[in-house]
Amino acid sequence: MTSLQFILLIVVAAIAGMGSVLDECQFHRPLVACTLVGLVLGDVTTGIILGGTLEMLALGWMNVGAAMAPDAALASVISAILVIVGHQSIGAGIALAVPLAAAGQVLTIFVRTITVFFQHLADKFAAKGNGFGIEMCHLGGLLLQALRVAVPAAAVAAVAGTDTVSAMLDSIPEVITRGLQVSGGFIVVVGYAMVINMMNAKSLMPYFFLGFLVAVFTNVNLIGFGAIGLICAYFHIKGLQRDIAAQNAGPAAGGSTGNALDDIDDSDLM
Amino acid sequence: MATTLNKKDLINIFIRSNFLLGSFNFERMQAIGFCVSLLPALRKLYKGEELAASMKRHLEFFNTQPFLATPIMGITAAMEEKKANGVDISEATLSGVKVGLMGPLAGVGDPIFWGTLRPVLAALGAGIALTGSIAGPLIFFLVFNAIRLATNWYGVMYGYEKGTELVSEMDGNKMRFLTEGSSVLGLLVMGALVAKWTTVNMPLVLSEYTNSQGEHVVTTLQTILDSLMPGIVPLLMTFACMYLLKKGVNPLLIILGLFAIGILGYWIGLFA
Repeated sequence: MTSLQFILLIVVAAIAGMGSVLDECQFHRPLVACTLVGLVLGDVTTGIILGGTLEMLALGWMNVGAAMAPDAALASVISAILVIVGHQSIGAGIALAVPLAAAGQVLTIFVRTITVFFQHLADKFAAKGNGFGIEMCHLGGLLLQALRVAVPAAAVAAVAGTDTVSAMLDSIPEVITRGLQVSGGFIVVVGYAMVINMMNAKSLMPYFFLGFLVAVFTNVNLIGFGAIGLICAYFHIKGLQRDIAAQNAGPAAGGSTGNALDDIDDSDLM
Repeated sequence: MATTLNKKDLINIFIRSNFLLGSFNFERMQAIGFCVSLLPALRKLYKGEELAASMKRHLEFFNTQPFLATPIMGITAAMEEKKANGVDISEATLSGVKVGLMGPLAGVGDPIFWGTLRPVLAALGAGIALTGSIAGPLIFFLVFNAIRLATNWYGVMYGYEKGTELVSEMDGNKMRFLTEGSSVLGLLVMGALVAKWTTVNMPLVLSEYTNSQGEHVVTTLQTILDSLMPGIVPLLMTFACMYLLKKGVNPLLIILGLFAIGILGYWIGLFA
């Protein structure tokens, strides 16, 4: 690894760390982070394939409310470094990603607790009307998140190519790496389950089964499913409108409320 | 001091809105981020004691879906502008609007962005990425960010323009339609993904014989499952995961469990 690559690697790791808290640009997602690490280390194809594999693993990892998901940033960056520099299999990358995601989760919880200090500092700046101070508190929290991925990444990058690390990774038996690759085919069900649970809509589950059945027995692609989904959503909302109109109308008022509701412009709802 | 906000201030708020979660902490969550996003407006509208008071009130607890925080920023900016120009808006009203909106907006934003848009785009991108094509990460990154930036932009602009009018528009049925509509779309696609974007191959041979035409016929566990209901194994796995998650089992533990099943299955020849 050249020193330029080393520096760029730390930059990518820092961006992924910031992305993991911001959750805006998605630089922390394996699909993006692994690709960037691959790009920096000169093996973009391996980065993309590892990114796709780990993205399946991490599909349901999301921060909803105050809940913390396993950390995709640390897992993606460090397993990509080890796989590419240490010439390991994708299976080894999967094996490394899970404990790394757990470690990253602990680190980000730690940082988010430390940032409470910046919150109180910001209160003091606010009392003085010092906006710049508040901005610096904001930046401070963000930089801590960058460091929590960049520092471990730098440490791993420094030792990744060495014989000791390679020997350690090579000592993982084949039945484990092959078995992990097999699991890689269906590990994504955890992500699907998390997403379905988050929607928390038991009454809408028939739509899930419809999607499943159409996928099993036809060759409709994902764009097609999007279109079918939009049509289903349209009819579902129509049904809801009718139900609400019936409720509002009650036994006495009759159909006039229903007409008023029909005037709602449906294009707003989609 | 009668001042009004112009387009430049709103663009400034939009840019800052992209860093809302930067200083997320467990005490007041997105509070600093919200205050920093509004600072361009506050600095223009207030001076001295009033400025300090406005900063303080926007360092209150705040947490919602980050992209849908932007209409709240727009509305709050419009209300602060009115307040600075002498309209009687109390601090309680301001914080009431913020608190009143962040719950419903998170309720709409989470299923749309985290439940539907990101997993669908990520699954699409990951599927392409497995072939080694750069198109996979590019599609995910570009499409997601285009939609996100549009949401943030129109959130700030529309929120400011409509101001408190939007608050009354937001409660009631429209939000429910939006949430349920996107959940319908998301669940349908999830159902399709369970079947299409999982690979379970069970080559365990159950019977093997040569038929009367002299053809060698091998029946594996997989051929039997495929003739009954393809995709049944990932479907059952999904339900098992949903059950375990509802019981409060850590998702990483479930992933480790599935890895153990994969390794064990590969070892005894159940999976390949």
